[in-house]
Amino acid sequence: MRPAHFMLLLLVSAAALAAAPLVLGSFTVTLLNYIGVYALVALGLVLLTGIGGLTSFGQAAFVGIGAYATAWATTAHGAPPWLGLLLALALTGGVAAVLGAVTLRLEGHFLPLSTIAWGIAIYYLFGNIEMLGRFNGISGIPPIQVGSISFAAAGAIYYLIWLFLAGAMWLSANLLNSREGRAIRSLRGGAAMAESLGINTFRIRLAVFVLAGLFAGLAGWLYAHLQRFVSPAPFDVKPGIEYLLMAFAGGSGHIAGAVVGAALVTLLKNALQDVLPTISRNSGQLEIVFFGALFVLLLQHARGGLVPFLRRRLPKHTPPPPAAAPPLPRRTLPQAGTLLLKVDGMMKRFGGLVAVSDVSFELRAGEILGLIGPNGAGKSTMFNLITGVLKADRGKIVLQGQAISGLAARRIAARGVARTFQHVKLRPNMTLLDNVVLGAYLRTRAGFLAGALHLDRGEERAVRAEAMHQLHRVGLGDRPYELAGNLPLASQRILEVARALAADPALVILDEPAAGLRRADKNALADLLRALRSEGVTILLVEHDMDFVMGLVDRIVVMDFGVKLAEGLPAEIRADPRVRQAYLGGVT
Amino acid sequence: MNLEIALLLAQDGIANGAIYVLVALGTVLIFTVTRVIFVPFGDIAAYAALTLASFQLERTPGTIWLVMTLAGLALAMEVYTLLRRGEAHRLPMALLHYAVLPLIPIAAVWIVGGQRLPMAAEIALALALVMPIAPLLYRIAFRPLADAPVLVLLIVALAVHFAISGLALLFFGPEGFRTEPLTRAMFTIGTIVITGQSLLIVGASIVFGLLLFLFFGRTMAGKALRATAINRTGARLVGIRPAAAGELAFLLASVLAGTSGILIGPVATLYYDSGFILGLKAFVGAIIGGLVSYPVAALGAVFVGLLESYASFWNSSLKEVVVFASLIPVLLWRSLTFAHLEDEDEAEDAA
Repeated sequence: MRPAHFMLLLLVSAAALAAAPLVLGSFTVTLLNYIGVYALVALGLVLLTGIGGLTSFGQAAFVGIGAYATAWATTAHGAPPWLGLLLALALTGGVAAVLGAVTLRLEGHFLPLSTIAWGIAIYYLFGNIEMLGRFNGISGIPPIQVGSISFAAAGAIYYLIWLFLAGAMWLSANLLNSREGRAIRSLRGGAAMAESLGINTFRIRLAVFVLAGLFAGLAGWLYAHLQRFVSPAPFDVKPGIEYLLMAFAGGSGHIAGAVVGAALVTLLKNALQDVLPTISRNSGQLEIVFFGALFVLLLQHARGGLVPFLRRRLPKHTPPPPAAAPPLPRRTLPQAGTLLLKVDGMMKRFGGLVAVSDVSFELRAGEILGLIGPNGAGKSTMFNLITGVLKADRGKIVLQGQAISGLAARRIAARGVARTFQHVKLRPNMTLLDNVVLGAYLRTRAGFLAGALHLDRGEERAVRAEAMHQLHRVGLGDRPYELAGNLPLASQRILEVARALAADPALVILDEPAAGLRRADKNALADLLRALRSEGVTILLVEHDMDFVMGLVDRIVVMDFGVKLAEGLPAEIRADPRVRQAYLGGVT
Repeated sequence: MNLEIALLLAQDGIANGAIYVLVALGTVLIFTVTRVIFVPFGDIAAYAALTLASFQLERTPGTIWLVMTLAGLALAMEVYTLLRRGEAHRLPMALLHYAVLPLIPIAAVWIVGGQRLPMAAEIALALALVMPIAPLLYRIAFRPLADAPVLVLLIVALAVHFAISGLALLFFGPEGFRTEPLTRAMFTIGTIVITGQSLLIVGASIVFGLLLFLFFGRTMAGKALRATAINRTGARLVGIRPAAAGELAFLLASVLAGTSGILIGPVATLYYDSGFILGLKAFVGAIIGGLVSYPVAALGAVFVGLLESYASFWNSSLKEVVVFASLIPVLLWRSLTFAHLEDEDEAEDAA
C-alpha cells in the first residue's frame, strides 16, 4: 500500500469511527466501546507476544489493577478520575516492573507461568479485601469529566476510548520503527544475536512488559469509568487468555491485529451468547469450550492471524531507498600497527574436555589475522571467549589496554568489537535495511519516548543512510526492502557482514564468512575485507577455506586440539610440517 | 499458635503437600519429555475423584462422555492424517489406539451398570477411565505442534484447560462431590492424632516417587523417556519415537494425577473445576525445581502444602493469595542463582 493510500484509509476509518455514535444504536456503540477497551489490552499483547516473543496470561489482572485503582480513588476519596488514571498507571507500571525484574532473566516460560499465578492471586486479593468491596466489587464510580463535559453517556466515552486507542496505536507504530522498537523486534532472534549488537535484552524485555502493563492499566481505567462498577470476575485468568486469543486471532505481529482481533472475538462472543442458550442451559461454559477449541485450531493452523492474511491481498508498495543524510559520527581507530587485542593464556573446559588450553596471541591494529584449525580445534570456543559469549576458566583478554575478559557480550560490543555468526543469526521477517540498522544500535541514542513521539527523525535518517551505504558496500544495495529471510544463505552471511560494519567497529570478528560462497562472491568479499583493512579496521577471521585465507590474511594462528599449534605468515604456515600433519593426518 | 496447633497444621500441610507431590512429579515428567507445560493436569486429578464419586452414588460418570468426545476427535484427526498421507494400512492400528483402548473401561462401566463394586475395583475403574484423557488431549492439541516453541505449547495448554473445563461442567454438572473415606483408622502419638487417610496419602506419594525412580533407572521404556527429555533429535536417531514417548509420558503422568485425585477425594469437596487450582499449586512446587528436577519438585510441593496449611490458619480467605504470591520470591531466588538467557526462539520465525 502506498503511503497516500494508507493515509486515505486512515482518514476514512477515522471519519467512520467519528460518525458511528451518530448513526448506530446504543447497543452497537456499547459494543464498540468494549472493543476499544479490549483492543488496548490486545495491543499490549501484540507488542509483548507477537513482536517481543514474551507472553502474559495476566493482562486481565493489570486491567483489574487499573480499574480498581481508579474505582477506589474516586469512590472512597472522591478523587477526580484523572487522578485515578495516574494512580492506575503508576500501580500497573510498578507491578509489571517488579514481576518482570523477577522473571525476565529466566527462561521464557517462567514469565507466563508467573503471570497465571499472579492473575489468580490478584483475583482472590480483590475478592477478599474489605476496602475493595470483596466479591461484590465497587459501584457508583463517577464518569470521567473534562471541564463541564461529562463522558457518562456511551456515545460520549466512546470518543475518549477510541482517541486513547488511536493514540496508543500511533505511539506503538512509531516505537516499532525506532531504535528501541527494532531492539524489541530483534528479541525473537535470540539473546545471543541481540546482545552481540549491544542490546541489553533484559532491559528491552522489561520495558516492553511494562509498556504492555501500562496499556492494560489504561484500559482498566477506561473500563471502570465505562461500566461505573467493578468486581473481581473480569480480571481472572480466563479473561486473561481471551485477550491473548484476541491478539492471535487478529494477528499478533501487527498493530492493527489488536483492533481486528478484539472486534472479532467480541462480536463472535456476542453472537454466541445469542445462539448457545438454545443448545444447553450450561451455555456460559460452552462459550469457553468454543473459544478454547478455536484458539487451539488457530495456533495449529493460522498462528499469524487475520491481518497478515488480509495484507497479502493488498497491493505491495516499495518505498524509495533512504536518501543521503549527514553521516553518523565515527570512532577514532587506533594507530595502525599498535597492539589492539592481546589474548593471554586462555583456558576453557567443558566438563572433562579442555576446549581451549593456554592459548595466547596478539592482534595489531590494521591487520587481518586468520584463525584456522581442523574441526574440533577450539576455534569457535576461542571466538566465543573473545566476544563474551563464554566465560573463560583462566586467562585474560585485553582490548586497547582494557581487560574485556568476563564482560558481557554487549559490553564488549560497546568497546568496538563487531561479529558475525557461523550459523547465520538475522531477523528473517525484517528487511535487509532494518537488519543492518540494528547493527548501528550502539551508535544511536534515541530512547523509548523519543522513538514513540517521533523525536528521533534526524538520527533515524542518518542511521538509515548509513545502513544503505553498508548495503551498497557489500553488494546488497539493490533491494533494501527485501525481507532478510528471502535471501539465499550465502547472501545472508554477507548481510551479517554489513550489519557488523554498521557498528563502525575497531575490530571485526568473522566466523566462516566465505562458507557457501561462489568464487566470484568470495573474491568480492576478499576485496571488501582488504578495503576495510586499508581504512584501518582490524579483522579476525575464523575460516576453513584455505585458498580464501592464504590470499587475504597478514598472519595466521593455527589451533589444534585446543592448543596453539603455530603462528606466522601464510607462507610459513603453509610450509610448517606440524600444520600439515594436523590437517592431513601424518602424511608428510 | 501453640505447639499442638503447629504440629496439627504441619500434619495437614504434609498431607496436602503429598497430593501436590504426585501432580508435580507428573508435571515435570510431561514437561521434560514433551516440553508441554500441561496446565490441565490438575483437572485429571479432579475427574478421577468425580468419577469415583459417581460410582459411589450409583450414577454414570460424566467421564464416559468426556472420553468418548475426545476419542472421537482424536480418531477423526488420526484417520484424516493417515488417509492424506496415503497410509491406509495403518488405520486398524489407529482404530485400536484411539477407539478400542479408551473404550475398554467405558465398556466395563456399561457392564457393571451402576451397581456398587468393592472399593478397590471402583478405584481401579475410575483410574482406567481417566487415564486416556491426557494422552488423547496430547494427540488432539499438542502433537500437531510438536516442534512449536514452549511458549506456544503453554498457550495451547491453557486454552485446552478452559475448553475441557467447559465440557466438564456439561458432563459432571455444577455440584460438588466428596468420596467415601478410604480408611477410618486413627493413630494417637502423645497428644497428636494422625489419620490413616493422611498416612495413606504420604505413603502413596513415597511409593510412586520410588516407582518412578526405578522406572527411569531400570527399565528400557524409562530410559527412552529420559533420552527423549534430554535430546529429541538424538532420541529419534536411536529409534525412539518422540510421539510415542510423549504418549507414554502423558499416560504415566495420568496415573499419578488420577491417584492424587482418588486420595484427595475423601478430604475435600471437589467440583468440575477444582483441578485448576490444585494443578497450579503443584506447579508452584514444580517451578521451585525449575520444572526439571524431580526431587526438588517434590520438596517444593511439600513446601507449598505446608505454606498453604499455615497460611489458612493465619487468614483462610487469603491462603490462595499467599500460595501464588510465594512464587515471586521463589522466582527471584531462581533468577539470581540460575539466570541464563534462552536462545531457542528462532523456530518461531516460521509463524
